[in-house]
Amino acid sequence: MLPEASTLAPHIDHLLLLLVGLSAVIICVVSVLIFGFAIRYRRGSKARRGRLPDWIARDVELGWTAATLFVALFLFWFAASMETSQYEVPADAMEVHVVAKQWMWKIEHPNGQREINALHVPVGVPVRLVMTSQDVIHSFFVPAFRIKQDVLPGRYTETWFNATKPGTYHLFCAEYCGTDHSKMTGGIVVMPKQDYARWSRGVNTHGTLAGQGARLFRQLGCTGCHGESARVRAPSLAGIFGRKQPMSDGGFKTVDEAYLHDSILRPQKDVVAGYKPVMPSYQGIASEDDVVRLIAYLKSPNGGAVE
Amino acid sequence: MSTRATALVDRELRSPSYLQNGTDLRSWLLTTDHKRIGILYALSITFFFFLGGIAATLIRMDLVTPAADLLTNDQYNRAFTLHGIIMVWFFLVPSIPTTLGNFLLPLMLGTKDLAFPRLNLLSWYIFVVGGLLTLFALVVGGVDTGWTFYTPFSTLYSNSHVLLAAMGVFIVGFSSIATGVNFIATTHMLRAKGLTWMRLPLFAWAMYTTSLVMVLATPVLSMSLLLVTAERAFGLPIFDPRAGGDPLLFQHLFWFYSHPAVYIMVLPAFGVVSEIITCEARRRIFGYQFMVYAMVVIAVIGFMVWGHHMFVSGQSAFANLAFSFLSFVIAVPSAIKVFNWTGTLYRGQIRFSAPMLYALGFVGLFTIGGLTGLFLASVPLDVHLTDTYFVVAHFHYIMVGGSVSAFFGGLHFWWPKITGRLYSERLAQFAALSMFFGFNFTFFPQFVMGWMGMPRRYHVYPPEFQPWHVMSSVGAAVLAFAYAWPLFYLGWSLFKGEKAPPNPHGATGLEWQTRSPPPKENFDSTPEVTAGPYKYHPRESTPDEVEQAQKPQEP
Repeated sequence: MLPEASTLAPHIDHLLLLLVGLSAVIICVVSVLIFGFAIRYRRGSKARRGRLPDWIARDVELGWTAATLFVALFLFWFAASMETSQYEVPADAMEVHVVAKQWMWKIEHPNGQREINALHVPVGVPVRLVMTSQDVIHSFFVPAFRIKQDVLPGRYTETWFNATKPGTYHLFCAEYCGTDHSKMTGGIVVMPKQDYARWSRGVNTHGTLAGQGARLFRQLGCTGCHGESARVRAPSLAGIFGRKQPMSDGGFKTVDEAYLHDSILRPQKDVVAGYKPVMPSYQGIASEDDVVRLIAYLKSPNGGAVE
Repeated sequence: MSTRATALVDRELRSPSYLQNGTDLRSWLLTTDHKRIGILYALSITFFFFLGGIAATLIRMDLVTPAADLLTNDQYNRAFTLHGIIMVWFFLVPSIPTTLGNFLLPLMLGTKDLAFPRLNLLSWYIFVVGGLLTLFALVVGGVDTGWTFYTPFSTLYSNSHVLLAAMGVFIVGFSSIATGVNFIATTHMLRAKGLTWMRLPLFAWAMYTTSLVMVLATPVLSMSLLLVTAERAFGLPIFDPRAGGDPLLFQHLFWFYSHPAVYIMVLPAFGVVSEIITCEARRRIFGYQFMVYAMVVIAVIGFMVWGHHMFVSGQSAFANLAFSFLSFVIAVPSAIKVFNWTGTLYRGQIRFSAPMLYALGFVGLFTIGGLTGLFLASVPLDVHLTDTYFVVAHFHYIMVGGSVSAFFGGLHFWWPKITGRLYSERLAQFAALSMFFGFNFTFFPQFVMGWMGMPRRYHVYPPEFQPWHVMSSVGAAVLAFAYAWPLFYLGWSLFKGEKAPPNPHGATGLEWQTRSPPPKENFDSTPEVTAGPYKYHPRESTPDEVEQAQKPQEP
């Protein structure tokens, strides 16, 4: 059967067992009643019939309505409290970026390691996945971890897990995405910490994700405007991540991944107060993978402070 | 010959039945008789049912092995899209309302026809045009978006005939709306003298609540399909995030229709099953008023639960919890209905006719379908189960196990009234039982498979799922037999079946108080209603007698 390979999985399985048990009880009661009545009150049997006592019609009906409502509310409370307790991502989570495209998963580790249709993670370390799609809607599904999250174009979605058992598990695309949807699969490799450390030092020749971003920042000409000695007046990006920025329409925006993503690809959408909307769009110039790297750079301690 | 029989013969000489009232093609294609239009619909949806069934057969045959050996990836995607589009929009949504509803509603209300007979005929033509357009899309190459048309795949990436298919569905929506408007107007305006709301048969209530949902929800589907067309054909940036559109907007609009659409399929089934169970148990339906309120509540809350299709889509956590709450709440009226059908059997005189077997089968399948709905309403569990075979099994239990069983039950129950002929009870009982077993055999393994993580819409799959797929495909073969078999004995009964008396089941309800098949004007004399429905047991009170007894006695 399905392995329980994350900290979340046992919780989900408890909820499942509760519901299976409850359903079994209800199905038993309903079928015993139906078969019982069907046999006892079949046409021609000698069972006593006649008028129903009035209390049956009224009290029984009110009783089972109230009981059903109570069960429904209890289940909602139980499921909802589990959901809210799992909602917070642990602060020390390792961050992995996922870019989905027809029909593959592109994974980027914080240290710059890249892989396709595979994700290596250490056991016992919370992993936060920040995901976006290059084309249609996909969905990142790891049955053994009991997690699934749609991956949307033009938006970042996230989910997290903490793997508990080394091994290789299925990764599926769960949202129908076209011709080779059923081939958009891969493997999640959960490794002991030492093995993971060895693996991640292994083939990597690209430098860290933030380092790659810094290189891109220069290559794409961002320094021309956002650098210290730039001639066009553009906001400095030093330490910008997480800050609240005043917008030209009078509002405020917190600089998060989605904001940076849009500022690179659709710069006219939210313009910082006091600046002219002169930045060109990098749509078609910077790929989703590039944007991921640029964001990693801007998030890093000395991000944006290039000279 | 007794005087009564002579009178019957005399009347038959005076006005022919609706079937004999003109027999050429023209008299059928230009008819405004609700009964004939019901037959036209029945023939059309039967065609679509078997077309959708052929696609299902291809899918199940292909999935017997984990590799792609029968169809290519694209062919497979087109096959499940065809199956979904045809079955949902051209069979399940119209099935009971347009056939049994069209035929029976005026009879049950004691009126000559629907409020707008010509609109009724027009709605059939609209249905046919929509159907032909969709068939055309199929002939020229098909569609590969899935029946849900999710954007931006459908608007920007699909290389198939999305526009044609979307237009077909768009057009057929008007047919739904027209039928709904017609039923609502008829129920409000044309009830027989004395037929108050609380005396309406539950089937009429079911048609009424269904019509409300159809009229209010279908326009939203039409609008979202128009938006898909606008983006795909004219490049308007609506769902494309690169141009500032929102890819999730479509899902909100789509499910705002398509979740209520489930109730468009299930509410009519409630009506049919209630009529059959109360008649075959010879017992007034348990808690008539609760049954009515439950249907109304379902129709209303049905509009507020669409977000439970989107728990992993990236909508806010608060929205997830709100939709989860409402989805649990809507389970309550559904459960009440199951309890009340069970309660109706208590102290009954139960007869296991074919319609009754279908109806009891419905209760079983609907219960399983409803309970598995609770799994999907729980957000953390839904995250794991959504977009897997668990969901496929769940909605087939409700929409196919439930709705189609009820449709077959109703078809058998009213067959003598519609055709004037009796079918072979034994062969029909066999069909009902094979359908129940075939259905469970096909779809129960899919719950397990879904739990193990088998994603839906997968053409090739990891080999560990194969045993479950094989089981499911074997069950599907039994199910296919159970669906095709009635064609033979019902067809046979048309020519060789025994002539049906006006009321072969000894049922209450106005439709049984006229001849089988009814004359063109439905009744030889205008009916009048003096008591509540379902007075099957001599010492049992009807709803309005109960109401009378509860009122304080005047001195």
